[in-house]
Amino acid sequence: MEWRHKNLISLEGWTREELSFFLDQTEYMEELLNRPIKKVPALRGKIVVNCFFENSTRTRSSFEIAGKVLSADVINWSSSGSSASKGETLRDTVWTLEAMAADGVVVRHGEVGVPDYLAKKLKKASVFNAGDGTNGHPTQALLDLYTARQKLGNLEGARMAIIGDVLHSRVARSDIQAFRKMGVHVTLSGPATLMPENTASLGVEYVSDAREAASGKDILYFLRMQRERQEDGLIPSIDEYHRRWGATDSLVSLASPRAVVMHPGPMNRGMEIASSVADGPRSVILEQVRSGVAVRMALLYLCLGGVR
Amino acid sequence: MGERLFFMTKKGDGDVTAKPEKKWSEKATVLSAGDMERILRRIAVEIVERNKGLENVILLGIQRRGVYLAARLREMLREGEKVKVPTGELDITLYRDDISTLSDQPVVHSTSVPCDISGKRVILVDDVLFTGRTVRAALDAITDLGRPERVQLVVLVDRGHRELPIAADYVGKTIPTSRSENVEVRVTELDGNDSVVICERIGGDEDGVEA
Repeated sequence: MEWRHKNLISLEGWTREELSFFLDQTEYMEELLNRPIKKVPALRGKIVVNCFFENSTRTRSSFEIAGKVLSADVINWSSSGSSASKGETLRDTVWTLEAMAADGVVVRHGEVGVPDYLAKKLKKASVFNAGDGTNGHPTQALLDLYTARQKLGNLEGARMAIIGDVLHSRVARSDIQAFRKMGVHVTLSGPATLMPENTASLGVEYVSDAREAASGKDILYFLRMQRERQEDGLIPSIDEYHRRWGATDSLVSLASPRAVVMHPGPMNRGMEIASSVADGPRSVILEQVRSGVAVRMALLYLCLGGVR
Repeated sequence: MGERLFFMTKKGDGDVTAKPEKKWSEKATVLSAGDMERILRRIAVEIVERNKGLENVILLGIQRRGVYLAARLREMLREGEKVKVPTGELDITLYRDDISTLSDQPVVHSTSVPCDISGKRVILVDDVLFTGRTVRAALDAITDLGRPERVQLVVLVDRGHRELPIAADYVGKTIPTSRSENVEVRVTELDGNDSVVICERIGGDEDGVEA
């Protein structure tokens, strides 16, 4: 297959064949991480700039490791202490990146649409969305898909429950898009105050009761719950949230025998996930982190290489 | 209200690139399935002869056709010598020296090595030896996997036109070619039959150099 994407802003434009091909490429990239010398010269001479206007540890280091394993030079540009905190406009940031001859720009920003804006303005560099506001986090969706496929095999017809604060979750948005594209049936659950209004038009169903939602599912995906949601009056109390929608042993026991438990991290233990589940046999949370590096290697390799 | 809208409607990232495909026409079949089998049997014997047995020997097939040729050699050695030679596959894509000049990023295939190659005799298996650049890349890949005692090279066809100082230890058949031709090794597993075919680019070739 010829790879036709220069950027990754959203998975919307990717076909199912492209997703499958991408996951196959990821599998070969993962093998590199098992080697005694984890470095190949594939992206020698390429410059990747990590532009994080929002805090991130795993996504940023994951992109950094991915770039370094492929021999790209990775530069980290974080919002605190950068020119952004000195009042530089996004437009000027773009010209700066262009002037530095960046080949790839990884961007996370609190505002929806910033990666899209950069992709339109940057003439040469590829742009990778590492999370924009509540809109999307496509590389998280790719690593979730990859992890699920490694554990469950073909995902066609598999059943997934996404439980938690779907409304504010860019991970949920990207995951719904990606998993549905691969033929997975998706059910949402969580407090009604944290659900988007248009669930039916997204091709997913909403079930308030987490026990009903989790029942017989192959993938249980628990979203990160922010404590501020309680102050905003969107959840009753942390204890009640945990009892009703948290990943507990009794909730997980309702899922299918082969079920995996996923979480995008960082976890709030005792809030959306109990420690016994997070560290339990169904949890693939650390595999997700590992997959994240392989997925970003495949992305950088496919989008940065070649003459464009 | 805006907050509750789920997906932003956006056009894709609008970055689609289309490329013309190369076309080849078949010119001549130079090796039949029977020829290929006899050649590989001879090479299997030569491997045993040159290494005085098969101790410490590992076969590594270069993706993609080399993988299948290595598997044939392993079977022949198992029948002939009653030895199971560890056999792996090596993908050299990430080590290519032309990776930043190709219009398309080449697809990666699997690398899977059965054991630590340090101190072993690694026998690389490839279908066609041409410029030597694939073998150069394979040697770099091997260096990253360990430090073998020695590396030997098996090729089914040597078609000339070397651009690097590389030679094979075991050659199935030397076939003089022109640069505008392509030597296609076909294996049943991928192509439906075993054969070696010479193809020519349709519409001639601008950099055609006679061998």
